[in-house]
Amino acid sequence: MSILINKDTRVITQGMTGKVGQFHTFHCKQYANGANCFVAGVNPKKAGEDFEGIPVYASVLDAKKATGATVSVIYVPPSGAAAAIDEAVEAELDLVICITEGIPVHDMIRTRYKMQGKKTLLIGPNCPGLITPDEIKIGIMPGHIHKKGRIGVVSRSGTLTYEAVGQLTALGYGQSSCVGIGGDPINGLKHIDVMKLFNDDPETDAVIMVGEIGGSDEEECARWIKANMKKPVVGFIAGVTAPEGKRMGHAGAIISGGQGGANEKLAVMEECGIHITRNPAEMGRVMQKILKG
Amino acid sequence: MKIHEYQGKEILREFGVPTPRGTACFSVDEAVAAAQQLGGKVWVVKAQIHAGGRGKGGGVKVAKSLDEVRSHAQQILGMQLVTHQTGPQGQKVRRLLIEEGAAIVKEFYVGMVVDRGAQRVALLASSEGGMEIEEVAKHSPEKIHTVRIDPVAGLDAAEAAKVARAIGIPDVANAQAVKVLQGLYRAFVEKDAMLAEINPLILTADDRVVALDAKFNFDSNALYRHPEIVAYRDLDEEDPAEIEASKFDLSYIQLDGNIGCLVNGAGLAMATMDIIKLYGGSPANFLDVGGGASKEKVTEAFKLMLKNPHLKAILVNIFGGIMKCDVIAEGVVAAAREVSLNVPLVVRLEGTNVDLGKKILADSGLPIISGNDMADAAQKVVAAAKGAK
Repeated sequence: MSILINKDTRVITQGMTGKVGQFHTFHCKQYANGANCFVAGVNPKKAGEDFEGIPVYASVLDAKKATGATVSVIYVPPSGAAAAIDEAVEAELDLVICITEGIPVHDMIRTRYKMQGKKTLLIGPNCPGLITPDEIKIGIMPGHIHKKGRIGVVSRSGTLTYEAVGQLTALGYGQSSCVGIGGDPINGLKHIDVMKLFNDDPETDAVIMVGEIGGSDEEECARWIKANMKKPVVGFIAGVTAPEGKRMGHAGAIISGGQGGANEKLAVMEECGIHITRNPAEMGRVMQKILKG
Repeated sequence: MKIHEYQGKEILREFGVPTPRGTACFSVDEAVAAAQQLGGKVWVVKAQIHAGGRGKGGGVKVAKSLDEVRSHAQQILGMQLVTHQTGPQGQKVRRLLIEEGAAIVKEFYVGMVVDRGAQRVALLASSEGGMEIEEVAKHSPEKIHTVRIDPVAGLDAAEAAKVARAIGIPDVANAQAVKVLQGLYRAFVEKDAMLAEINPLILTADDRVVALDAKFNFDSNALYRHPEIVAYRDLDEEDPAEIEASKFDLSYIQLDGNIGCLVNGAGLAMATMDIIKLYGGSPANFLDVGGGASKEKVTEAFKLMLKNPHLKAILVNIFGGIMKCDVIAEGVVAAAREVSLNVPLVVRLEGTNVDLGKKILADSGLPIISGNDMADAAQKVVAAAKGAK
C-alpha cells in the first residue's frame, strides 16, 4: 500500500501539450507503470490529437468520462493554473496535483474558497508532485533516486525532498510514498494532512518531515503528532540562517513580524516528540538510528 | 514588491480613502515650492524610503514655516536614514513627501494581510495607532481585532462598522471608517497586495478619518497584470546584486558571510546555508538557480557571487532532478574559466547524470574540490574559507 496514489491510479495531465508538460509527461510515462497510468491530456484547442499516444481531450470532464481517470496533474502556466484547478474540482476528481510555480496568491485564495465542501484534494501548487516508488510517479522528481520501501516523506521543498530520499535510499531504506506539498503560502494538503495519511497507512513505518521558514503548518502538524501519531517522525526545518523579511525563493518562505522562524518551529517539533536534526545531511542517519533502536 | 508611502497614498485615494494633501519631491527647492503651493501653516517633511520606522530615525519632521521646510528638507534629503528595518548602514533618502499638517485627536492601526492558516485575507485593526502591530501583538494582543474576509462577499459594511467601534472610532466618524476599511480591502485585492497598512489612521479635530501613512507590499507573482504597480518600482531601494540577479531569473539574496552558495531549489539552498553555519562557516548569499538552469545562468550566478568583496570560497550544491549534473558541471567549468575564479571552489553533485558531471569537473584541470555528500562538501568549503587569505 501507499498513500494517495498507486499503480492503479489513472491520471489526466492538464497542460500536457506545453513544453514543460511534454517533458515531464514523457518521463512519468516511462516510470514503472506510467504507460498505463497516464491516460489523458487536456487542451481545448487540441482535442482529438495525442502526445506519445496519450489522447488529448477538450476538458477535464471529457477526459474523466472517456478514461475513468480520478487524478490530474497540472503544468499550466501561472496565469491560468488556478482556473485549471477549478476545472478539476468542478469535474469532481479525487486529487489534483499542481506543479505550477508562481500563481498569484489572490487567485489561490479564491480557488481554495471554491474548494470548500468539495471532494477534491489538492497537492501544491509550486510542488514537485508525489511518487509511490516502483508504481507511479506524478510530477517532476527524478524517479531513479527512489526505492520501494516503508518510509514516508513529506516536504515543502523539491530538491530538499530529493536530498532526504537520496539519503534514505543510500542507507538502504525505501519509501512508501513521497509527497511534495509545495512552497506557496496558500496551498492544498498541509504537513498535518499528509501525516494523518501516513499514520493510517499500514505499509508506512516512519516518516521524514521536511519544513521550512514561514507560516505555522509545521507547528500544527507537530502538535497533532504529539497527540496522535503512532510512528516515529524525523524532522528538519530549512532556513535557520534566513534573514527576517526576505522571501527565500519560495513565495511562502518568509519570516514576517517575528513569525515563522526555523528555530521556533524546531523547538515546537522537538517538544512534540519529533526526532529533529539541524543537519540536512543527517536526515537519513537519524531515521536509521531510530529504526535500529 | 514594496513601494513608497506617497505612491501608496495615490492608491488609497483611488479607492476612496482620504489622505492629507501632499507632493512628492526630489530636491529642496521642490520641497519648498510644494509647501508654498499646499498653503497653510504647518507642513510635514517625510523621508521616502521603503523601510519602516522613519520617524524614530529622524526622517519625519514637522515644519511651521517655509524656512523650516527648507532646513528640514536639506537635512533629510541625502541623509543615510537608519531605522530598525534598514540595517546599521541605513538607506539614502532620495525622495521627500511634503504634506499639509493634520490636527490629530487619536491614532489607530488598520492593516490587511494574507492569513495562511485561514486561507483568507485578514483585516487587523487596533486602537494602538502609531505603534508597530508586532509590538501590540506581543504586549496587548486583546487590543487587536481580526476579521477574516469572505473572498466572494468582500468586507461587509456591518462587520467594518463593528471593527471601527471596537477600536474606538467615535460614532460620528463611523461611516467614514467603514469607507476606509472597505476601500483598503478593495485596493488590497484588486492590486494583488500581500500586505497593506495604514499606521496611523487618524481622527482629526474636525472628526475626519484620514490615512496618515500607507505601506504596501505586492505579490510579485501577480505583477504581470499590474503594469501600474511595476511603474512604481524604485530600483534605488533595492539591493543592486538582487536587481542584477532578477535580470537572469536567479533568486539571490545577499547575506553578510563569506561563503558563496550556488544551489538548485529554494529549500536545498536554505539548507545549504544552514549546514555551512552548522560547521562553523558563514554564508555570503542565498542563490537558487532554479530547475532549468543553463550554462549562461550558472556563469551569471558565479559573476554575482564574485562581486561580493567578502567572498572567501564558493560551494556549489546540486541535486539534479530536472537539472542534469553534466549541464551544471559544464556551466561551472565555463564560468570558472570566464570569470578567472580566485577563491576555492567546492562542488557537490548528486542526481541525474552525476557520473558524467563529475568526470567533466575532473577533466577540466581546474582546482575544484569535490564534495562526496552535503556534509563533506560543507566541511570542505568551511575549511577552504578559513584557509583562504
